[in-house]
Amino acid sequence: MSLKSLTREWEPMSYGFLDASAKREVRRKMLKAIAVPGCQMPYASREVPMARGWGTGGLQVSCTLLNPRMSIKVIDQGADDSVNAVSIRKFLARVSGAPVTMNTLEADLIQSRHRIPEEVLRADQVLVLQVPNPEPLRSVQPNLSIARQMHADADYGRMWLQLYEQIVRSGRVMQGASYPSLVNGRFVMTPSPIPRWDVPKLNMANHLTILSAGREKRIHAVPPFTRVEPLVFDDVPYRVEEHGALVCHRSGAKGFFMNEIPQDDGSSSYEVSDSEWGVKTIRLAEGARVEMGKTWYRNGEFSQ
Amino acid sequence: MTHVLDVRALSKSFTMHHLGRRMQAFSDISFTLDAGEFLLLRGQNGAGKSTLLRTLYRSYLAGAGQILFQSRHGQIDLARAADVDITHLRRSEIGFVTQFLIARPRVSAEALVAEPLRLAGKASDEALDEARHWLSAFGVKRDLWPAYPTTFSGGEQQKVNLARALILPQCLLLLDEPTASLDVSARAALVRRLADLKASGTAMIGVFHHPGDVASLIDREIDLTPKGEPQEEREDVAF
Amino acid sequence: MTLSLDAPRLVTTQPLLTARDVSKSYGAVQALRNVSATAYPGEVLGIVGESGSGKSTFLRCLNLEETPDTGSYTLDLPDVQGNLFDLDRFGRRMLCAKRIGIVYQNPHLGLLMTHSSSGNVAERLLIAGERSFATLRAKARGALEASEFPLERMDAPPIELSGGMQQRVQLAKAIALEPALLLLDEPTTGLDVSVQALVLDTLKRLQAERRITMVIVSHDLGVIRTMSDRVMVMRRGEVVEAGLADQVFQDPQHAYTQQLVHAKL
Repeated sequence: MSLKSLTREWEPMSYGFLDASAKREVRRKMLKAIAVPGCQMPYASREVPMARGWGTGGLQVSCTLLNPRMSIKVIDQGADDSVNAVSIRKFLARVSGAPVTMNTLEADLIQSRHRIPEEVLRADQVLVLQVPNPEPLRSVQPNLSIARQMHADADYGRMWLQLYEQIVRSGRVMQGASYPSLVNGRFVMTPSPIPRWDVPKLNMANHLTILSAGREKRIHAVPPFTRVEPLVFDDVPYRVEEHGALVCHRSGAKGFFMNEIPQDDGSSSYEVSDSEWGVKTIRLAEGARVEMGKTWYRNGEFSQ
Repeated sequence: MTHVLDVRALSKSFTMHHLGRRMQAFSDISFTLDAGEFLLLRGQNGAGKSTLLRTLYRSYLAGAGQILFQSRHGQIDLARAADVDITHLRRSEIGFVTQFLIARPRVSAEALVAEPLRLAGKASDEALDEARHWLSAFGVKRDLWPAYPTTFSGGEQQKVNLARALILPQCLLLLDEPTASLDVSARAALVRRLADLKASGTAMIGVFHHPGDVASLIDREIDLTPKGEPQEEREDVAF
Repeated sequence: MTLSLDAPRLVTTQPLLTARDVSKSYGAVQALRNVSATAYPGEVLGIVGESGSGKSTFLRCLNLEETPDTGSYTLDLPDVQGNLFDLDRFGRRMLCAKRIGIVYQNPHLGLLMTHSSSGNVAERLLIAGERSFATLRAKARGALEASEFPLERMDAPPIELSGGMQQRVQLAKAIALEPALLLLDEPTTGLDVSVQALVLDTLKRLQAERRITMVIVSHDLGVIRTMSDRVMVMRRGEVVEAGLADQVFQDPQHAYTQQLVHAKL
């Protein structure tokens, strides 16, 4: 037995950037999160070469999950070509040697900031959402210890009260993104700042969704085939953004979630938020052989 | 025939702890009362007439003795009965008529009078009709019926009080100077009502400042003036 | 001659609430010593005593906020069994949410001051599982109206309201689910005397209409006298006297009770 046999070759970096103990921590907490859907699991969030608040939580999960054969897609507000999406994607490719893709249908792992792609995800795909504030009760109970107790007691009265008062004050629920949702009939979670349009995609989905907050150091998850129900009153139905009739001015895609681009004359033009879907639509129109995946929304309406 | 009321060796004293004094109100009182009998309590002021009535009603706790009452549910010793039973009996079988009306704010005279009937299960419109009948019988002016008795004069309040207290026929009626502040016609109405109730079997024990008012009803009398030294003048404990 | 809790009975009404031998100490201080009480359906039990008598502690035990060291507490309700002091956290919350209403002396304890008044009432209904907005609104309105709260201010937050109005919101919140038991801890203490009278008046009216069983705690004899059917006098953690309200006030037996009663003209 020699020192050489007991030690490993020096490497400048572990596979996937994070060291083994970091990955073990994230794996364990992910498993816990999957075991208790919607419940926030605290984890020891590691330093990564990115500032807190820019997706470090999502990055840690992706680094943990990656293997050299996985195809990686990274989007930011739906766009693969946004600066942040590009740098994260490049980083992940470099530390894992895994291939990258922009095609939702080809990706095994999709890390996303604030959007879920329009094409339906499959059972073999994992969606990693970046979460700035994982605590849905924060606005009604800023004290985290008390909020944790409220989750433990399933005491969500204040959350409902907030929605009630929004309706009283403004005639409708004012909650835009991050719509508080009941997971598996037990825990209320924030689905991250995805628009209301995207929340129904999480309900009874084929795919696994991991939501990770690096700065707040919490992970929660929605396993496949799990109920995700936005908190709504029986007589005030859940309403998504009214994008069903909008048309993308660049691709002509209609009935998908749009980015609004204000024009000089005060009007707005729209661009489909899922940029790859826009690209595919253009290429299909040009005659290329493009596989357009099945979408959650058809003709501007959500259909299962 | 079982007596409605069988009082045995009833005694009452007051212990005023802060004065270290004990005062006997009455002692060793025994009597029976049958249905439809009217018993008058006599005695000079301070002899304990009012005290006896209140002891029978359980507003005062007896010191010794028994108060056996034949209720619809069986015989019970009122001196030792549980609060809940007394409450039940007061609502349905034993009435206490005083010269003071307990008016509740914002409850109309007619609602107050109808209440004992409603609590006994009568429909509210029927109860209200009967209440109005009695308010009229006691001479309460019609436009006062929906008004709040807290604003009435003493005499008017007393009429409402009587109407309410006498509306539901009781097994036993205790009357503590009910004629004070009543005008002649109201007094007459009271006597008529008492006569009716007596005829239908209500047993009555009364203290009257002017027993002449009810002379026609009296069957028996008890004089509570103690033999020997007269009792000191006592003020009734505040209501 | 004293009356025991187990006097021979005539009628078969069972008490709604039975608490027996409740004792609690905080370190060296014995806050409650073998306190027993019953409340029958539809009646008002008044608990009177000075500060430090343990009356508020007892009420908190009845609301399951405090667990005594010993004692039992049962409610005679269809799906409620056993000693309620043995309930776990979840059981307590559910029972209190649905069957017991409470009004505190300090509205800050009982209300969410910065949410709307109707919202405060609605929260109660939401915790109990109500999910229809229209029903929430209607029931909140109904409860506030029954508490004689001016409906045009039903969405104002309690922080903007006067003391009397705040107590009315507490009351509305407490009765919204039509509880079997209503607990009131010094509900009018601290209010202007004229406002006190109005609030008590509302309570009396509500009690007469709905026949809710109430336990009301106060150091103010006048309040207890106005409201109660039966009275319990507490001193230094013990019950010194209990009985029918008129009897305790007209013929107090215990020296302390006599002192209390005669202190008022």
